[in-house]
Amino acid sequence: MTPMIQFNNLAKTFRRARVLDGISLDIGIGERVALIGSNGAGKTTLIRCLLGEYTFDGTVAIAGLDPRSHRTTVLGNIGFVPQLPPPLKMPVGQLIEFSAALCGTDPQRIHAIARRLGLGLESILARQFVRLSGGMKQKLLIAIALGRDAKVLVMDEPAANLDPEARKIFFDLLAERLDDATMIISSHRLDEVSALVNRVIEMDMGKIVLDDKVTDAVTLTAVLDCRIALCRFEPAFAKALAGWKFTASADNLVWEGAIAGPDRLRFLGIVSRYTALVSDLSLTEARS
Amino acid sequence: MKQLWLTAKLDIVESLRARWFQIYTLIFGGIVAMLFLFGLTESRVLGFIGLSRLLVTYIQLTMAILPIFVLITTVRSVAGDREAGVFEYLLSLPVSLFAWFWGKIIGRYIVVFAPVFLAMLAAVGWATIQDIEVPWAIFGYYSALLAVMSVCFLGIGMLISALARSTDMAQGAAFMVWLALLLFLDLILLGVMIQGKVAPEVAVMLALLNPLQVFRTAALAMFDPQLIVLGPSAYVVLDLFGAEGFRLFALVYPTLIGLLNACAGYFVFKRGDLP
Repeated sequence: MTPMIQFNNLAKTFRRARVLDGISLDIGIGERVALIGSNGAGKTTLIRCLLGEYTFDGTVAIAGLDPRSHRTTVLGNIGFVPQLPPPLKMPVGQLIEFSAALCGTDPQRIHAIARRLGLGLESILARQFVRLSGGMKQKLLIAIALGRDAKVLVMDEPAANLDPEARKIFFDLLAERLDDATMIISSHRLDEVSALVNRVIEMDMGKIVLDDKVTDAVTLTAVLDCRIALCRFEPAFAKALAGWKFTASADNLVWEGAIAGPDRLRFLGIVSRYTALVSDLSLTEARS
Repeated sequence: MKQLWLTAKLDIVESLRARWFQIYTLIFGGIVAMLFLFGLTESRVLGFIGLSRLLVTYIQLTMAILPIFVLITTVRSVAGDREAGVFEYLLSLPVSLFAWFWGKIIGRYIVVFAPVFLAMLAAVGWATIQDIEVPWAIFGYYSALLAVMSVCFLGIGMLISALARSTDMAQGAAFMVWLALLLFLDLILLGVMIQGKVAPEVAVMLALLNPLQVFRTAALAMFDPQLIVLGPSAYVVLDLFGAEGFRLFALVYPTLIGLLNACAGYFVFKRGDLP
């Protein structure tokens, strides 16, 4: 089977600095790849080469086509979410119209996904994109990327600015695309994206230093019921739990809520900061 | 074609919300308003009165302001967008590089030319209401001259934006280009001629390679067809082109400069790294 994405001896040099050093990689249809590595490892450069934004040595092919010479065809099949939202002054409505017109999709599909992410667009259509909050920008960019029939999704820290509720819906949205889309999710940290992927590629100094499969034990749509009992009330912890939409008992000592399966590591990371307060904790896989 | 217009529209909307555009519009609208307020249509200079006097003053002021304004704002916004990550995102959408680059030029052209032209049109409208005679020939030619001036400096600005990798470099280069054109307007050429290093004809020819000089001379030629104010240089200009020929040259040559620069900019943009 022909891979969806092929990098063959890809190299990129800025002046004298070799940022990508002979990357060869095949990514198949339906694979969900975590692209991890520290700052300067070459993740963003690799993504920009994939999007045909950089010139490079070697070859890059998406469904057999070069992204530089077949720009519009290739990019028509890629949904991209950048790490830093661009400072666009245009109104939200126009950004949606512009993207939808270029991608040949119905703007209402973007609206529908934004709504599912908890972003009502009707009230912000006339507002400048740059004036939205970080989370709103991220939701809108995700809605634009997912609101079309993209065969490849390239996302740079896509869930970094999302609240737990929106993250849960985001995982559901990704789960709906598992069969028909190849995903590349870039992050500094594996724990942020580990539950989303079935393959991990780590980069360092422009080379691939790890390429491994991930046991797909956690489904994207899994939900865990969680109960936490505290030995005493702590406002900071209560605020953190409220952020995850947990509800408290009358004495504020027992908290209950649901967390998305892929978010369990992230959630436990937050709980670990308050270990001394936790007298009892349970996580139960409730429904899928 | 659809992508081209979408990009042009996008650039227009972005520009309309930018601070530079508001200042730019305010300046040219303000100039016309002030010229009326100061009673320029009633004053007489070198035999000129009424709207001709206003239009002559307006185009002189515009020639001083428009080139540097177009150069700096173009390179600032294009190179600035690239630095801020706007290109990274918008160029990840399926838009062709041709549509993106030329759409941006068309959008920016409309935004740059419209305030300058509309200010002049407003002056004509006001003059009509006030029953002041409108010199349509001067108005038509000056409009064409402003349109050409915008093309010329927009093209240069886009080439600089494509070449420079940072906003600072782009701004510096744009300023140097403007300064070089300004210096070659008179100062350096006069110095060279005084030192007797080149024949006056060569100096005049060199001056006519400078689009700023071409605009200035063409604006003068509308009310001084024999270019008497230029002195002996007028002989070279008129012998070479004739009065009508020079007016045509003043429209064609800067347009070509603008388009050639824009084409070179597109070539560089297409061949290089986009963000």
